[in-house]
Amino acid sequence: MSTGAGTHMGAPLHRGDARRRQKKSLHRAAERHAMILDGAGWDSVAAHALERTWQDEPGVLGFLRTNDHKRLGRRFVATAFLFFVAAGILAAVMRAQLAVPDNHVVGPDLYDQLFTMHGTTMMFIFAVPVMQGMALYLVPLMVGTRNTAFPRMSACAYWLYLLGSITLYGGFALNAGADAGWFAYVPLAGPQYGVGKRSDIWNNLINFTEAMGLMVAVDITTVILKMRAPGMSLRRMPLFVWASLVTSVMIIFAMPAVMLAANLVQFDRTFGTHFFNPAEGGDALLWQHLFWFFGHPEVYFIFIPALGFVSTIIPTFARRPMFGHDAVVLSLIATGFLAFGLWVHHMFATNLPELGKSFFTAMSFMIAIPTAVQIFCWIATLWAGRLNLRVPLLFVLGFFFIFMIGGLSGIMVGSVPFDLQVHDTYFVVAHLHYVLLGGAVFPLFAALYYWFPKMTGRMLGERLGRWQFWLFFIGFNVAFFPMHVLGLEGMPRRMYTYGAETGWGPLNLLASVGAAIIAVSVLVFVINVVRTRRGGEPASADPWGASTLEWATGSPPPPYNFVALPVVTSREPLWAPRPPGTPTHVSGLSAEDREGLVTTVLDAAPDVRYSYPEPTIWPFIAAWGVLVWLLWSSLSTAGMFWGLIPPAIAFIGWYWPSKEETDRQLVLQRRP
Amino acid sequence: MIEALHDVRIPGGIQAQAVYHLWLILLAVCTVVFVGVMAALALALRRAPRAGHDTPPAVEWLERSEPAIARAVRIGVALSTVLLLGLLGASVYTSWALARLPLANALHIELTAHQWWWEARYDDPEPSRLFVGANELHIPVGRPVLLTLRASDVIHSFWVPSLVGKKDLIPGRDATVMFRADRSGVYRGQCAEFCGYQHAKMALFVIADEPQSWQRWADRQRAPAPAPRTTQEARGRELFERGTCAMCHAVDGTLAGGRQAPDLTHVASRMTLAAGALPNDAAARAAWIVDPQAFKPGAHMPATALSPQDAGAIAAFLESLQ
Amino acid sequence: MSVLTRWFTPLEGGRREATPASVPAVRKGDALDVADLPSYGFGTRSLMWWGTAGMMAIEGMGFALMIGVCFYLRSLNAVWPSGGDPPDLLWGTVNVVLAVLTGIPNAIIDRAANEQDLHRVRVWLVTFAVLTLCLLPVRWMEFTALNVRGDASAYGSCVWVLLGLHTFNLITNVADTLVVSAVTFKKTVDGKRFVDVAENAGYWWFIIATWIPIYVVIYLVPRM
Repeated sequence: MSTGAGTHMGAPLHRGDARRRQKKSLHRAAERHAMILDGAGWDSVAAHALERTWQDEPGVLGFLRTNDHKRLGRRFVATAFLFFVAAGILAAVMRAQLAVPDNHVVGPDLYDQLFTMHGTTMMFIFAVPVMQGMALYLVPLMVGTRNTAFPRMSACAYWLYLLGSITLYGGFALNAGADAGWFAYVPLAGPQYGVGKRSDIWNNLINFTEAMGLMVAVDITTVILKMRAPGMSLRRMPLFVWASLVTSVMIIFAMPAVMLAANLVQFDRTFGTHFFNPAEGGDALLWQHLFWFFGHPEVYFIFIPALGFVSTIIPTFARRPMFGHDAVVLSLIATGFLAFGLWVHHMFATNLPELGKSFFTAMSFMIAIPTAVQIFCWIATLWAGRLNLRVPLLFVLGFFFIFMIGGLSGIMVGSVPFDLQVHDTYFVVAHLHYVLLGGAVFPLFAALYYWFPKMTGRMLGERLGRWQFWLFFIGFNVAFFPMHVLGLEGMPRRMYTYGAETGWGPLNLLASVGAAIIAVSVLVFVINVVRTRRGGEPASADPWGASTLEWATGSPPPPYNFVALPVVTSREPLWAPRPPGTPTHVSGLSAEDREGLVTTVLDAAPDVRYSYPEPTIWPFIAAWGVLVWLLWSSLSTAGMFWGLIPPAIAFIGWYWPSKEETDRQLVLQRRP
Repeated sequence: MIEALHDVRIPGGIQAQAVYHLWLILLAVCTVVFVGVMAALALALRRAPRAGHDTPPAVEWLERSEPAIARAVRIGVALSTVLLLGLLGASVYTSWALARLPLANALHIELTAHQWWWEARYDDPEPSRLFVGANELHIPVGRPVLLTLRASDVIHSFWVPSLVGKKDLIPGRDATVMFRADRSGVYRGQCAEFCGYQHAKMALFVIADEPQSWQRWADRQRAPAPAPRTTQEARGRELFERGTCAMCHAVDGTLAGGRQAPDLTHVASRMTLAAGALPNDAAARAAWIVDPQAFKPGAHMPATALSPQDAGAIAAFLESLQ
Repeated sequence: MSVLTRWFTPLEGGRREATPASVPAVRKGDALDVADLPSYGFGTRSLMWWGTAGMMAIEGMGFALMIGVCFYLRSLNAVWPSGGDPPDLLWGTVNVVLAVLTGIPNAIIDRAANEQDLHRVRVWLVTFAVLTLCLLPVRWMEFTALNVRGDASAYGSCVWVLLGLHTFNLITNVADTLVVSAVTFKKTVDGKRFVDVAENAGYWWFIIATWIPIYVVIYLVPRM
């Protein structure tokens, strides 16, 4: 078996070298033949070899170096959840302030920071990362591979996310919390009126969170397109994987807009450029266009993965495949495209031309159609199924109720004349919480209850789950439904207080009571998690009787995911009987090295073997390097250039192949 | 404090009325859709038999088609599309109706938003009949009003729920909004775009008077400040002109000509002080002058150290500015 | 041109998508054995291709948006460039011509990498690195000849930031090229490095392709 001996692989300088090289390559061939390959069962030599190969080293170093998608995914979810609680506490303080008129819990300065930090945390630091974290965990398992395509990049993304978020909260702790709203309109956030470092820290955060989002998106897109198990053609791909693909591609095209916008404002603030300064040819509305071009797709980064959760959970608990699977796929793709054509509906109150605004009303209405398709397909699946009414399905039912209200109030605010009455009022606060909490957080809790057994090996408590659900459902509606009325009664957003003569007091008090109930429900969830970790019911590999590939391996999965990569012959791999005479699994990948399989895009035919990168500390260092660069840039212009050196060193170290790695590659090598 | 109308569902003029009708249509259609979908869901939950996690999944549906359900879904989607098109039509029709407000004999006011007060300039074809006010608009019932909207610092938004939908005031961009009050009364508006610390206390009252009352009001507004009648008022005026007040405020007929802050020529005729933050009575005025930060922290008016007599004198002077 | 066709039509030549040129996976009982599949592939068969494509989409979107910002602000300004001359044509034109010319060694490197010819790759990467390094001082001269300050007006801001973003992209890519080249000079080089070189060359096509519209927007559009 030739491994390219002595031809182009380092042209020999003289004949003696050629003979030496030939001996080396034959030796390598022998090494390869002696290698343990996968393809055997769970208790085999291969499984033990895989365990040794893939297990992270213990302790802090293993923690910092890991690029296991499961550990990273769980890390994203856990960190995002901590920030969810933090943002919830900020909201609780806001609700305490607004419970009665003319209150003095906080003053205007702190209140402005509270609602800015709440919105920024929820949108940038909780919602998108938690969805990406779930995708990072689930997608490689669902497509039947061992890790994501660029695991070091996703590891670096996590550290960037953590460092950026801590920097934002550090600023908040030092009374330099961002205070211009999560949407940071100029001129308020600009050089003239955005006093101090607050907006600078916010702009900085955007670089971190969006870099993270983009890195994870590229990783997920690549693993979905190129690393699916043999036989998992696009038509056989699970709906959550489709949702992750649509979301990731959207992220790639939308996140650059907000990164660019935030950096342009930074240039205005630091270097005196005039992008947003009307006195020198700039335009305040430019910010809004750039921000909302990102901002509208952003809510779909949060919502589409949640649709994927619902589309996974309903078939499992209805004991049947999704009705209209292809229609749901097309709806997800259509939603992804249409989401880019709606952004002006956030700008209806500006002086843009009226005819243009009506176009965006039409587009905003149009996006309801693919959503309606999915809703009808879900109801059809439930209608024609046999129902296992467990907690995940309960949260999905809550999603139906709350998201319907949010979606319909969305149609209302999509209409220009009506929006001009309720824009920037509590009606919109109600709408956005109905769609985000209803449309994303309820499905997220459903997903957490559903996949907790897979991620940790234990089942979350059913009773506590039901308590949490009902507290959350009731608390949510008590908190947010009155806000529709408050908006109609003339109460604008982002007010730190209001007078008693407005009559807004009673409904605000009701909303604050509802918020307290929501807080209790979150506490119930935390208690459930803690109790389960301490000694909850152990989970089997497939406690729900589900159909997707992650349930074909242990709970929790071993570090290498599968002893042998599966071969897929159906859209429901664990349900549908395998046609006779088809292969069941892949064999021939090395169990002594981190090998995986790259397949073709459309039909997932085996194409090329792939060596996953080893765990390393460099992504962690690179994230610190980027932090140094951005902080140094904010302090001096020279920092923009010299500050590039630390991350540059880190990225070179990341990429540079060690001799040991090269030798190992040469053993495995087979030229195309 | 003030009895004012500020509810989208209680229109006082033709523009708000048109939007209110649209609201009713939206509410009706959305409620029907919501009830319908929830009913379908509830029915599905009721009729589907129960199962456990080990109930064999119905994989036959991977191959077999379900024509009845497919038809129902298609009908649902078609119905949704038709309803959406209907709502789109209603929305576009309302936009068109709002744009067709007849503007004959419109009252033209230039409204400039500042952090955190409103400056109103009542235009007139005869330049000598121009006058300036702040934080309140007086308009005649039944006559269209055309507002030109400008912002001097950051983005604000003009919104009077019972009269008309909002319009942003954006620095560097002029906008217009037109409306008409068809019932006399007091309407409350408020800045509706976050503009900094005191965004919450940037109210704007719109008082719609019968045309003759409005004329009389406008004529009084055009007059300069009256001469002081008492020594206290005279002392107050002197303090006003010589002290820091005149650096920002203007009172027509005195030496005070500052343009940074609300025009105070007829301040005592207004319903509120500080854009709705305080009632406009003597005690409030005196307290405000001495320490505005206690009522509107972050406002651009600084605290002024004044002896109680001086504060009383200035307050008396302001009281005279009817 | 064959290099370009190789990039844009990976379905041709020995780099077919659907049916790998080398030994396909083999049935061995219940298993699909992949031991004899190649351990790396070029073009869309390589994961790096997809990662690089993702980067191109992201950076391309960034440039497209920045160009959009320039046109948007231009539509709001009656005079563009505002108050002054448009940027001098000399250095900008020299640089864009040089950039296009670097396509030649780039094409050679791309082909050599696909043919896994280490010697040719090394020689031409060094040549290429030297040439691309020359682009940087010319870019410096461009900045001195823009005829406007970045903080003078929205127009000036657009020109400086657009050129600045491209420069940042250029510097990072020149650095990438240097690193990738350095790796090829190690004592032992495994086949994957050829894929890295090919991807780097592919990315350089993107650099050239984005250079041209940016040149047009900065130097030619203000003259229209």
